[in-house]
Amino acid sequence: MTSDAWVLTALTIITAATPLVYAAIGELVVEKSGVLNLGVEGMMLAGAVASFAVAHVTGLGYLGALAGAVAGTTLAALFALLTLGFQASQVAAGLSLTIFGTGLTALLGQPLVGIAFKGVPEFAIPVLAEVPVIGQLFFRHDLFVYGSFILVPAVAWFLYRTNAGLTLRAVGDSHDAAHALGIQVLRWRLAAILFGGCCAGIAGSYLALSYSPMWVENMTAGRGWIALALVVFATWRPGRLLLGAYLFGAISILQLHGQAVGLEIPSQFMSMLPYLATIIVLVLTSMDRGKISLHAPRCIGQPFYPAS
Amino acid sequence: MMRLYKRSQPSKFWIYAAPLLAVVLTFLSGLLLFALVGVSVPDAVYAFFVEPLSDRYALAELGVKAAPLIMIGVALSVGFRAGVWNIGAEGQLIVGAIAGSAVALKFYEVDAIWVLPLMCAAGVAGGMFWAAIPALLRSVTNASEILTSLMLTYVAALLLSYMVHGPMRDPDGFNFPESRLFHDAATLPLLLDGTRLHVGFAAALIIVLVVWIFMSRTMAGFSLLVAGAAPRAGVFAGFGKHRAVWFSLLFAGGVAGLAGLFEVAGPIGQLLPGISPGYGFSAIIVAFVGRLHPVGAMFAGLLLAWSYLGGEAAQISLNLPVAVTNVFQGLLLFYLLAADVLILYRFTPEVVTPASGSLNTDTVS
Amino acid sequence: MFNFKPKHILQSLLLVMALGSTVLSAATDDAFKVGFVYVGPVSDYGWTYRHDVGRKAIEAEFGDKVTTTFVESVDEGADAERVLRKLAQDGHDLIFTTSFGYMNATVKVAKSFPDVKFEHATGYKRAENVSTYSARFYEGRAVLGTIAGMMTETNTIGYIASFPIPEVVRGINATAIAMRKVNPDAQIKVVWVNTWYDPAKEADAAKTLIDQGADIVMQHTDSPAPLQVAEERGVLGFGQASDMKTFAPKAQLQTIIDDWNGYYVDRTRAAMEGSWESVDTWQGIKEGMVGFGDYNTVISDDVKAAAEIVRSGIVGGTIHPFQGPIRNQSGEEVVAEGNVLSDEVLLGMDYYVEGIVGSLPK
Repeated sequence: MTSDAWVLTALTIITAATPLVYAAIGELVVEKSGVLNLGVEGMMLAGAVASFAVAHVTGLGYLGALAGAVAGTTLAALFALLTLGFQASQVAAGLSLTIFGTGLTALLGQPLVGIAFKGVPEFAIPVLAEVPVIGQLFFRHDLFVYGSFILVPAVAWFLYRTNAGLTLRAVGDSHDAAHALGIQVLRWRLAAILFGGCCAGIAGSYLALSYSPMWVENMTAGRGWIALALVVFATWRPGRLLLGAYLFGAISILQLHGQAVGLEIPSQFMSMLPYLATIIVLVLTSMDRGKISLHAPRCIGQPFYPAS
Repeated sequence: MMRLYKRSQPSKFWIYAAPLLAVVLTFLSGLLLFALVGVSVPDAVYAFFVEPLSDRYALAELGVKAAPLIMIGVALSVGFRAGVWNIGAEGQLIVGAIAGSAVALKFYEVDAIWVLPLMCAAGVAGGMFWAAIPALLRSVTNASEILTSLMLTYVAALLLSYMVHGPMRDPDGFNFPESRLFHDAATLPLLLDGTRLHVGFAAALIIVLVVWIFMSRTMAGFSLLVAGAAPRAGVFAGFGKHRAVWFSLLFAGGVAGLAGLFEVAGPIGQLLPGISPGYGFSAIIVAFVGRLHPVGAMFAGLLLAWSYLGGEAAQISLNLPVAVTNVFQGLLLFYLLAADVLILYRFTPEVVTPASGSLNTDTVS
Repeated sequence: MFNFKPKHILQSLLLVMALGSTVLSAATDDAFKVGFVYVGPVSDYGWTYRHDVGRKAIEAEFGDKVTTTFVESVDEGADAERVLRKLAQDGHDLIFTTSFGYMNATVKVAKSFPDVKFEHATGYKRAENVSTYSARFYEGRAVLGTIAGMMTETNTIGYIASFPIPEVVRGINATAIAMRKVNPDAQIKVVWVNTWYDPAKEADAAKTLIDQGADIVMQHTDSPAPLQVAEERGVLGFGQASDMKTFAPKAQLQTIIDDWNGYYVDRTRAAMEGSWESVDTWQGIKEGMVGFGDYNTVISDDVKAAAEIVRSGIVGGTIHPFQGPIRNQSGEEVVAEGNVLSDEVLLGMDYYVEGIVGSLPK
């Protein structure tokens, strides 16, 4: 391949990883607050269908993205009602949310099938976009991709550099202790869940408006699950999450390249590579037990009821 | 507005009444949903709820559909109670089916009584092997079984695809992706003539019973519970964290593998690229809706199977899109999960309305 | 929130029971009933969508005299048999099962319902009351391969393939043979995505192939995503199953359209009139089962003429897409000059011909 082709490949990897980054960083915040929401796939689909509908009707792609964020947040609110309001099992509520979201979006999206949308505009950043390689990789994107570049450091800063982030982590680590300190545990968790839904909604919008601008049923095709796995992979650290998303994206794309140049390996085995690589890297980085227990939210999955 | 108060002990009444309340609420929402999509409400209700139970064949099909859900749901609930998050039962089911099918194809046309037991053993071993990978990685390197078991599910699906497109495909099948049809000695005996209800359903009920006894009557079951509740206490009770991890994963993996083998040796009768419509994932819901209790999981498995069959019936008799079934199932699960709150909590009218609406606030003192 | 009184609950339950029993006694109407079993959702805009267009053609043709039913997203495992049995039990007279994976279930259920006619798509097992039907999509690929071979400037065609089944392999080979006839230097790079349907992954594959030098992208997957990528990157491509012009007005050179309408209407009529027999149907361009869209205006008259020669040659029987000499990847002659591949070999095709990069999983 020419050097130009390598740059293009790297560009493909960045864009392929973008929906994973959004969905996973949202879920990371949710899990940091001590809640496990397995409904990412459902929320992504809601974001995809709502964003496409609004973009199609108004012709404004980024307005669609806003609608996608709202749709994801709405499904997240339903999850919050069940888990925080009714103390339901988070695992089961999340899985149910995915079933519900898949069905609801398929139902509502029927009139949108077969409709084309031109996609969202890109904005080249003046001067920087002209820098060879770097400019092409990082400064000629749509707002979704720029947003993902900003969101991850912003979340890292929020979690580890602000009082609010400290509070959120405290809620996730020991809700009883946090409650004893007068922290409104459920309100913090509600906020985190809604944020997660918003991010998942944007992830879905990116797929439906930018990556492959169309709506078809179940178009996220399991990316919500990969996002969930990436949070565990990242051991709840934003920086590693970015790394994981790009690693997964890179191996997914490179195995396609391997096929195209005619590697004599059955395609099924090539398609296994992203999953196997994720496991191997996780194993290599999990050996240091201290680090994981430092970052893993200790209350994850446990419902909270104030013990007065 | 209402406030949530914890009961001093679980409500005996609501343990049984909560699922009924959920079904009634689903039912009422269903009426609204059916009216909204413009189908005749009584017809829809009939198709969804009555048709799946309307005759002997339909009831047998309920058992066929419920068997893998119950088996895996019960097995997973053991692990979930011990805090072991195996969400890769789907992959374990697939590998079990591959291993069992390999035996059936290796001894193709061998008409012997040992073929089927050997297939079952291979199915269990296949599922256990696939589950042993996350168990090993968890106990040796501390890698989270949530991620490894999920990732291995994708790997298993691709492995199955490779097998039916390559080494295990029917030599006389024009290179289409499917194995030979298993011969009679490699096919599960039926429980009811003229239906597809196979011994797998009986096996599911036996597993329910065994797990129930194990969890409630044995020291090992108790220790496993303790290991989930508090890792340290579990160690003292003689069931270390590692043993809980190994036991939970191997048990669920073996059962899932057996369920996979039952699918290919029972209702399907051959190895295909798609042998499970996500039973391994649905079983997670079954485990939780069944409140991690074997008998609860049995009912939850039957209920979920019922809703699947109802959805098919509604499609056939009313042309109701399958999406409506998913919405309806989602609602059913939401209500089941929400209604369970009444077992441990009670709603009481509140004099002062808190700002956070009907969500309970933390300001109890 | 929960202020339902027990009395209300009881009332609704009673209401339901009453309603249920009225339905039970409802008489069945005597219209001819046609059932369809789909592997995907009707809104996939690909394979299943086109079959559903065919179902609607039956309704349009026969009006009140038929009722049609479909069951979508039916898993090819254990569920298929139950759905089929239920359709037969519910009085359907003719049932189309539209995916290969339903083959054994179709044959099995057909045995228990000798009076019901079954039609299984893309399979090879027949019975007294089971027909099979399939389309010679490879004929369409030969036309597209001709266009691709003449229009590529990089001599590289990218091909996004789903699963290594004979149907897909046949399409790749037909493309390669036609392409090589007009451009012996051109080659096809194949990427298997192991899915029929994942827009983002299909888009990834298209980008990969373009990055590897392909200036024309072909696909045997369902979504318009690869064409959208082609449009964005300024390269060319072909539609799949439907006319996808709206998704890529500049990039779509031509498209293959799955057209089941004629077959479905004919078979329904035959079944209604009592002249239905078990047959093996494999129709192509001539019969209209494989259709085309409009040629893109960027196609020059020369190329259009060459494509039309192939198309009309196939229709007239003077051109066969698998006409010898055909060499496999290692250069051995597998079909001698003057011979054509038999349908039976085509049905189970599992090797690549010359001009294709990569190896086929065995």
